[in-house]
Amino acid sequence: MDVELLEVRQHMGQFPPFDRLPDALLDEIASRIEVSYFKTGSDILTLNETMTDLCYIRSGAVEVYRRQGELYNRLGEGDIFGHFSLLRDQKVHFPARAIEDTLIYFIPGDVFKQLCDDDDDFADFVELERPRLETAAEQQKKSNDMMVTRIRKLVTRYPVMVEETTTVQKAAEQVSLAQASAVLVLKEGSTHPRFSFQDSEGHTWQVCGILTDSDFRTRVVAEGLSPQTPVGEVVSPRLISVQSDASIYEAMLTMLRNNVHHLPVLYRQRPMGVVHLSDIIRYETHSGLYLVSNIFNQSSVEGLARLAPDVRAAFVRMVQEGANSHMVGSALSTIGRSFTRRLLELAEESLGPPPVPYCFMVNGSMARNEQSIVTDQDNALILSDDFVPDEHDAYFKALATFVSDGLDACGYTYCKGDVMATNTQWRQPLSVWKSYFTDWIANPTPERLLHSSIFFDLDSLYGEDVFVEALQDLIAEQAPQSPLFLAAMARNALNRTPPLGFFRTFVMEKDGKHNNSINLKRRGTAPMVDLIRVHALACGSKAQNTFQRLDAIADTQLLASGVSDKLSYAFEFMCMSRLRHQVIDLEEERVPDNNIEPENVADSERHTLKDAFQVLSNAQKFLKFRYPVPAHRAGR
Amino acid sequence: MTLIRPRQKITQADWAAYMQKRAAVSHEPSLKRFFTTPPPSLDTPIAEVPMVALDMETTGLDERRHAIVSIGLVPFTLGRIKLAERRYWVVKPPRPLDEKSITFHHITHSEIANAPDLEAITDTLLDAIAGRIVVVHFRHIERPFLDAAIKARRGEGVMFPVIDTMSLEARIYRQKLWARFRRWLGRPPVSIRLDASRRRYGLPSYQGHHALVDALATAELFQAQIATHYEPSTPLGALWS
Repeated sequence: MDVELLEVRQHMGQFPPFDRLPDALLDEIASRIEVSYFKTGSDILTLNETMTDLCYIRSGAVEVYRRQGELYNRLGEGDIFGHFSLLRDQKVHFPARAIEDTLIYFIPGDVFKQLCDDDDDFADFVELERPRLETAAEQQKKSNDMMVTRIRKLVTRYPVMVEETTTVQKAAEQVSLAQASAVLVLKEGSTHPRFSFQDSEGHTWQVCGILTDSDFRTRVVAEGLSPQTPVGEVVSPRLISVQSDASIYEAMLTMLRNNVHHLPVLYRQRPMGVVHLSDIIRYETHSGLYLVSNIFNQSSVEGLARLAPDVRAAFVRMVQEGANSHMVGSALSTIGRSFTRRLLELAEESLGPPPVPYCFMVNGSMARNEQSIVTDQDNALILSDDFVPDEHDAYFKALATFVSDGLDACGYTYCKGDVMATNTQWRQPLSVWKSYFTDWIANPTPERLLHSSIFFDLDSLYGEDVFVEALQDLIAEQAPQSPLFLAAMARNALNRTPPLGFFRTFVMEKDGKHNNSINLKRRGTAPMVDLIRVHALACGSKAQNTFQRLDAIADTQLLASGVSDKLSYAFEFMCMSRLRHQVIDLEEERVPDNNIEPENVADSERHTLKDAFQVLSNAQKFLKFRYPVPAHRAGR
Repeated sequence: MTLIRPRQKITQADWAAYMQKRAAVSHEPSLKRFFTTPPPSLDTPIAEVPMVALDMETTGLDERRHAIVSIGLVPFTLGRIKLAERRYWVVKPPRPLDEKSITFHHITHSEIANAPDLEAITDTLLDAIAGRIVVVHFRHIERPFLDAAIKARRGEGVMFPVIDTMSLEARIYRQKLWARFRRWLGRPPVSIRLDASRRRYGLPSYQGHHALVDALATAELFQAQIATHYEPSTPLGALWS
């Protein structure tokens, strides 16, 4: 190595993408650079001039502009520019100007080309947003596959199934023969469409329950029943099952939540196997997840509230062990749901059974399964249409208050927008809820929708799931038909925009102003969620989770090919940044928030975040164009 | 800098005529070649002048008693400094270094002991600077040392116009009215050493005292001085000495 080039290569070696290059390549670059000084205000690259070199900022600061003169980026020491034009046609597409006295190292085009050819990391770095976001997101994904591996992977054989008229003795014999530990009980016909399926001969069957080894002991032998008893008489009427495409992790939580050890796995409605808790434990044990079972063992609000530090610890561990945002989001949502469910159980214990059926609905991030550690509660009650306010509302008001206060005690603060079941407006029978949604969709204004958009993320948490399903159906049917509604939602989705990127220790706004920190939720993940929700509503998807919505959108022609992948990577990266910064907050014993401070953002993260902001910004531009205000309402 | 003695005035009023005259009388082929490739004329805009930044590390400040230990050079123009064309040599002084106490940056004593005599690189060195304007920081080192060294080996010395970034800096910061006012106030004069000068233009500070790094630093400083105080069209004659 030439000692005289130490100055040059040591400097470059500190900054991405050069920091990952082998020494020999760095020496090669350093020995070939050309240097030039630019006074404040002077042009470094002018539009359409021929360019042959990659530009590296040794000192000073540079602004890069779009063709129309709009600020594209502000760069400082160690940043590169010009690679985009160099990769395209060697003509300057983004002019650049020195905004401080600046020393530029020019890396000749042939060296740049060779670097792109020889070094994949380098090529990934310079080839614009997608690859870099993709690599960053993929790297995050690999780590803990229990949360992404589908439960069907653990299903090794068909379940043992018997008709309800079979005797318990025969059933037990079949279980032993198959060396299984549970049997599914079927009956012909269908009374419950959720568990009905057709066999290959066209017969309709319904799964009415599962009988496990321990059921044979407790329900048959211990009860002194005859071996000739039909299984239909002893099977539990409550069937807890899981869809085959659920993650192993979700399956495990379902077991813990319901305190069952066997879980029938269904493909649509057809049973395809039974998994046992030991299958999962064999697959991977993860102590943090037992937090959920702990929640269900608590018998008081105080007990639940004491678990809050465990939630934080589980969160920190998950992020540090490399879980992706989908895993963290669904884990925290499951935990949040468990708290809520347990509170509802406790409420029913003290208030007695509900006078009419109800569904406890969750909204916002919990409905999307995207909770973070910084979250408030968004919930509502959908009551049966038999609801008579004077007779029944006292009960539901008490129930809502108990749950809401309990959640607050457990760290899920009251909703500032009062989207809580304690609010009379959001504690209504299904028919009223239907009229709410119909009205929002039929008579939308951006102002009205601003406060109700949170209800367009909705999921059932407890009680009559069908109530929420009815609302989801209504939305999926009416929203795609209403351009005005979509236009209003789209307009609201543009209220919050991402910043341009980072410059030194500041956040750079598009108008060139600086800020000391950025609220990554407000300026990144939330606008992304809003934007994707509009597309999902437009294509009639009933998915609530942002990634699942993107999958649904990708199946349509709504977005150009590849765009939904880009959005997915950008969203994942912004979510992870936010989570990592919350972990930093917790580790430094600060109250975690959604802000990130540029000094805590590593160089590579800066570049990727900037790319993610760019993807969001482009997607917002498209949104405006895709959902215009219909002409007959807009102009005349 | 305390050892600087008054010197003969070596600035030539008419470099072209001087070079022509030396070319005619020179017996040494490499020197003849050097003088027949004169630098651009004094009215050439600085933006069109090919230059070479030159720096040396020496055992002292007196070319009659001290010797060259290393030489670094980087060809450049106002637009670009071309690191790919850089040259760097360590050379062995004619007399062994008796003063072991002298330490050089980046160079070991054994490296010097194993280095060639300046004679071995003289031709290459002269070819590298021929036709270019030499740019140095503090002109009383490189030109007199090179002159003395080549005279000792080839019987004829070299003389050539240089641009001295330190003199330019002095012109700008020491001779202006403001500088005189500062002096009158009793303030210390602005430093015109290489690193201090560079800082005024926002140039990064380098680990100094390596001949090639200092040559690069000098070239960058010159670009900055022109960008700040002159024009690309400023004639060469206004800058050299």
